[in-house]
Amino acid sequence: MEWLQLLQRFFSDFVRGAGITLELTAVGLTLGFVLGLLLALAKVYAPRLLRGAATAYIEVFRGTPLLVQLFLIYYGLPSLGITLSQTLSAYLALGLNSAAYQAEYLRGAIQAIGPSQMMAGRSIGLSRWQTIRHVILPQALRLALPSWSNEPISLLKTTAVVFLIAVQDLMAKAKRAATITYNPIASYLAVAAVYLLMVFVLNALLKWLERKTKIPGFDIDVKRV
Amino acid sequence: MSKPILTVKQLTKRYGSNTIFENIDLTVNEGDTIVIIGPSGTGKSTLLRCLNLLTKPDGGQIWLDDLEITAKGTDEDRVRQYIGMVFQNFLLFNHLTALENVKLGLVRVKHMPEKEAEAKALAELTRVGLADRAGHYPGQLSGGQQQRVGIARALAMDPRVMLFDEPTSALDPELIGEVLEVMRKLALDGMTMVVVTHEMGFAREVADRIVFMEKGSIVEEGSPDALFYHPKYERTREFLWKITELYGKKEAQA
Amino acid sequence: MDFGRFIQYIASGTAFTLGVTLIALPSGLLIGLVLAFVAVYGGKLAGKIMDVYSTVLRGIPPIVLLFILYFVMSGAVNLSPFWAGSISLGIISSAYQLEIFRGAILSVSGEQMMAARAVGLSKMQAIRYVVLPQMIRLVIPSWSNEAAIVIKDSSLVYAIGVPEILRRAQLISASTQQPFLAYITAALIYFTLVFITNRVLGRVERKLSIPVNP
Repeated sequence: MEWLQLLQRFFSDFVRGAGITLELTAVGLTLGFVLGLLLALAKVYAPRLLRGAATAYIEVFRGTPLLVQLFLIYYGLPSLGITLSQTLSAYLALGLNSAAYQAEYLRGAIQAIGPSQMMAGRSIGLSRWQTIRHVILPQALRLALPSWSNEPISLLKTTAVVFLIAVQDLMAKAKRAATITYNPIASYLAVAAVYLLMVFVLNALLKWLERKTKIPGFDIDVKRV
Repeated sequence: MSKPILTVKQLTKRYGSNTIFENIDLTVNEGDTIVIIGPSGTGKSTLLRCLNLLTKPDGGQIWLDDLEITAKGTDEDRVRQYIGMVFQNFLLFNHLTALENVKLGLVRVKHMPEKEAEAKALAELTRVGLADRAGHYPGQLSGGQQQRVGIARALAMDPRVMLFDEPTSALDPELIGEVLEVMRKLALDGMTMVVVTHEMGFAREVADRIVFMEKGSIVEEGSPDALFYHPKYERTREFLWKITELYGKKEAQA
Repeated sequence: MDFGRFIQYIASGTAFTLGVTLIALPSGLLIGLVLAFVAVYGGKLAGKIMDVYSTVLRGIPPIVLLFILYFVMSGAVNLSPFWAGSISLGIISSAYQLEIFRGAILSVSGEQMMAARAVGLSKMQAIRYVVLPQMIRLVIPSWSNEAAIVIKDSSLVYAIGVPEILRRAQLISASTQQPFLAYITAALIYFTLVFITNRVLGRVERKLSIPVNP
């Protein structure tokens, strides 16, 4: 098949592109996790105003396409005086977007663990915050893992659109290959295979993580999408 | 005459338009074992949870020794170090081993150094007979074992008084005995305890005073003998004998 | 350019966005639903083939698939970007919908199928009268999530030149030097579409719900 030859020819190029893709995923995931956790905690424990703000954030970022968010940041912000590089814009868009999705996964888990464990923690004199930190979050994060695992994989696929603002990820390399070889189908098939491989490896990694962090004897069944 | 550890005056709790209980007065003296009995839904558990401020009362006052804990500005977290609670559903920290469950309060609240906390936690687990299960997770323990860990966790904080909220109601019959045994020993050792339960055998044997609550108020209270053999109210007699039919006999057989 | 025309220009892209969505979503539904039943009731081999279909189509970024299918289709059949894009998104969506329906069928199936057969219904009848009705109710939350995703993914056809909302926003931001406003407007329109969809489907879910008396 032609795409296989193409893969060989552009191998180092694709590897570099895949590296950027993974980098984008990692940064977006981390940013999204930190912000997402804050949003989730706000939605469960914060006073009404903060809770509403968190809800609004989540609704907006889940209710609009990532591409629009990306363009808004990269093309739109400069007219307000904030100019970010392509890479930075991509990081920001991916992170802000992912945060909204991660917030929902985390919130669900925190609420599932919630009230009775909170009561148990308070009963031995732990403060609210101590209970959240030492009792609820350790359990909630493990509980969230199966459904949360959808996010890293989803994010990996989502990063593919950033080539539209000229970030040199795997997709950009595919476009370059297509331009050089006049064979778009083979080029995109080739990177499709690479993406598939990355997703497969990521999936295996996440399953391993799930097994490693399991609490012995504690099994709440969460559906994997 | 021992001094009061918990004094409750005119305690009231409402949920919306429902009054759970109103103007409850109760005194718990040092070393007492008070058993609260009554039909389900009469607010016994809610009352208990007010005692350690997990639930906020709508009226009345509670004193722990000489401190009014219902006063504004009270450090609730600090108060809860002196009042231990054991829950019907155990509520162990699922992500921690038995030992870690007992240790958590010592390390995070009492700021004990690791070695000391570990030793004390092990001592408490030994006290409830579970030293050999220290490394097990709650999911790996039976209900009775989990509840005993729950008791150890509360005891580790060296509370002035222990509150038990239907500690055996969620247990399979054959596991109830081991928990009641631990509680019995505690009472004999002089711990001040307030227990909400249906276990009439335990109440008769161990309680210094039984409090019968119905529809949000205390109908009668007195020594087990007084309540069982010379109850002042017909309702008390009815309830006691009905419950003894269901639970007391079973416990006698165990 | 005055504000009214500004918004109008971008909003006119909505027709294309809706067009893409209304072709992709139903076709994804049809294919996904049929394949889901094949996967569950069609025997081991069929199940495995469906697994491959699902894994491959869901393991590749939608935009990559879009490009591949677009070039294949416009090369072979000379389809416009609009149609090529819409059908491609439909095929992509069918893989996700396959999983949604498969999960729902499996949740309902086991015991319900057993009970239905015990009464004497054939496999087809059981599916039609017992499994399907229950499955539909189960599926609505996940499906409305997928519907929102398709609406958002329709923005991808920007990259193959369809004059939908995002493309319009880009064109007008270039000519008016108002990129921020243009993209905010685009975002608002998408948000409204998603919002309405969620509301409507929420209504449907409530209407169809089986009464449970506590």
